[in-house]
Amino acid sequence: MNLKPETLARIDEVIPHYPSKRSATLPLLHLIQEDVGYIPPEAIEWVAARLELQPINVYEVVTFYPMFRQKPIGRRHIKVCRTLSCALLGAYKTCEAFESAFGVRRGEVSADGEVTVDFVECLASCGTAPVVMIDDALHEKVDVARAQELSAQIRREAAARS
Amino acid sequence: MTSPAKTELVTVNIDGKEIAVPKGTNVIEAARLVGVDVPHYCYHPKLSVVGNCRMCLVEMGMPAVDPATKAPVIDPATGRQKINWIPRPQIGCATNASPGLHIRTQTPQIKDCREGVMEFLLINHPLDCPICDQAGECKLQEQSTGYGRGYSRFVEQKNVKPKRTQLGPRVTLDDERCILCSRCIRFSKEIAKDDVLGFIDRGSYSTLTCYPGRKLENNYSLNTVDICPVGALTSTDFRFKMRVWFLKQTNSLDTESSVGANTVVWSREGVIYRITPRRNDEVNDTWMADSGRLLYKAVRAESRLVAKDSLAALLARAETILRLSPGLAAVVGSGQSSVEEQFMTRQLARALKAPAYLVSRTDSGDGILVSADRNPNVRGALVTGLIDALPQSYLDELGTAIDRGEVRTVVSVGEDLMAAGLSAAQLAKVSVIYLGTQVCASSVAGAVVIPTLTVFEKSGTMVNQQFRLQRFAKAVAGPVGAFDDLDVLARLITAAGGSAEPSDLAGVWGRLAADVPALRGLSYAAVPETGVVLDSSPWAALPFVEGESLHHRPARAVANA
Repeated sequence: MNLKPETLARIDEVIPHYPSKRSATLPLLHLIQEDVGYIPPEAIEWVAARLELQPINVYEVVTFYPMFRQKPIGRRHIKVCRTLSCALLGAYKTCEAFESAFGVRRGEVSADGEVTVDFVECLASCGTAPVVMIDDALHEKVDVARAQELSAQIRREAAARS
Repeated sequence: MTSPAKTELVTVNIDGKEIAVPKGTNVIEAARLVGVDVPHYCYHPKLSVVGNCRMCLVEMGMPAVDPATKAPVIDPATGRQKINWIPRPQIGCATNASPGLHIRTQTPQIKDCREGVMEFLLINHPLDCPICDQAGECKLQEQSTGYGRGYSRFVEQKNVKPKRTQLGPRVTLDDERCILCSRCIRFSKEIAKDDVLGFIDRGSYSTLTCYPGRKLENNYSLNTVDICPVGALTSTDFRFKMRVWFLKQTNSLDTESSVGANTVVWSREGVIYRITPRRNDEVNDTWMADSGRLLYKAVRAESRLVAKDSLAALLARAETILRLSPGLAAVVGSGQSSVEEQFMTRQLARALKAPAYLVSRTDSGDGILVSADRNPNVRGALVTGLIDALPQSYLDELGTAIDRGEVRTVVSVGEDLMAAGLSAAQLAKVSVIYLGTQVCASSVAGAVVIPTLTVFEKSGTMVNQQFRLQRFAKAVAGPVGAFDDLDVLARLITAAGGSAEPSDLAGVWGRLAADVPALRGLSYAAVPETGVVLDSSPWAALPFVEGESLHHRPARAVANA
């Protein structure tokens, strides 16, 4: 496992917060996903060894939570809410707009590795549905036109970076 | 795990019946004692309690006391102490006996609960009993007969999951049948100490699986098949071979080591299909090793010895050999023979005035149910007086005697002399009378080969590492051309010029009870199913090779502690 020194420091810091090492499984997985972007198989074994567990115990946790990713995602993560309010107000059209803008299907990484588009469950902003989270930023009332604007903005930022 | 303290008893009331049980006994076990069956799936008496199947729901109540004075509240209608019933049901497996605990298992609410739980368990179950190996010994099948609706209200599509995952070399998994009780996971973790199983993708698609790249391949993996309450885990060896209700069950023993795990041999029309463990809380709990389950393959092995000649003809040749060199014989007994055979081997050695040897088989023990001594019955040879010291792995002493010309005839009861360290040159110098079941170097070199029976084809007893005398019974008949060991030994004794010995089990037990101090007053029929512990004090000083295992601490470990 090639973790950043600061991740390792935070892992060392977080483990003694719990009465049994096993309880630190979730925070460790979060820290690793933050660092690596996803949970590779060797991370499961690394966490198991670190917490004196068997790999299957960690694997059970990783497969339980949809937020733990077992495959890499794009540089930007577009999360479209599809729970009731958003679905009624056009979340599926919003999602399709993102998909066609980047030529990618939900759950997949775009060919340039720039974005992953995903449906997610409630983002707790039903009053301003449909809502979308791009990385950690919440965008409200994202209809098709707004989705195209946001896509264009992501493209501009990508171009500026390269 | 339920290991209640044996001292303190508390009185509980189950369906109106009062019973005193050890404090801490759970409701399922307490109910069993009064003959009440509480249906359950995930609970297993030898595993930790998780309470995830919810099948064992019961109504629970405690005697009412006045909150202020702590005085019992008397119900004026009955004149007895009032019972405060908890309005919601409780799980029996995780409810432990406490003084005055009242349990009801037969109320309409509990009937509703069981029907509801069964309905949920069956929602995604394929209901493929007609093609399922577990049918006939399936708790889900039994309890859906007892508590199922008989019709389904489920109009949606059932889940589709993997149907034939190979979890390991001996275990096949059908995930659709799995009811997620987690017994197999707990067994692997707690008993086999090989934590490879787990549930992934928890939710509607929960799937039992091994960690990717690992396998369920420890030597106890088939116990997961035994404890699986449904047809999810099946034995790859037994799968689709035979319907269980056709099989006859015979109590037997695992002869792979001196642990002497209790087993059941399942056979039909003279053919053995499988071996499963039999519960003995003092020896093997409810477990046995996978390796011991394959021993029945020896019965119909390619290498099985059968005679073309009659027993009389074979014995006539043996008698000629024995008469040729009087006083120059040796007897090699076996730690794999039964107590009765070892006694008869001793009598044979005495009739021949010959020394008796035994061959030890040792390997590393696994600390659970396979011990370092791979002979099941070395202690039987000590008890019957066949030997008085622990055996060696190699018959060096006998080899030297052969080289010196002191031994011209060797009678081997089931031991391959070459495997036991005699050289081909030494074997060529002697006439071998070999009694055994499998072809080996000794049977090839033997002047007279008398085929005998495997442990599955005869009855007898063995003494395990705890000096526990345990019975095994005949499951199937022996093949034509193989002869009963006791009968052969009795006739050999006569041929050797000894006094007549009985040739049947009951007769030999008459001799054992009279002649062997440790067995005084016992008989074959009187040995309980769980065995009887013999007085081991005459052999306390011997350095037995066994280490610690499931229910055994060697005397030296106890002394050092």
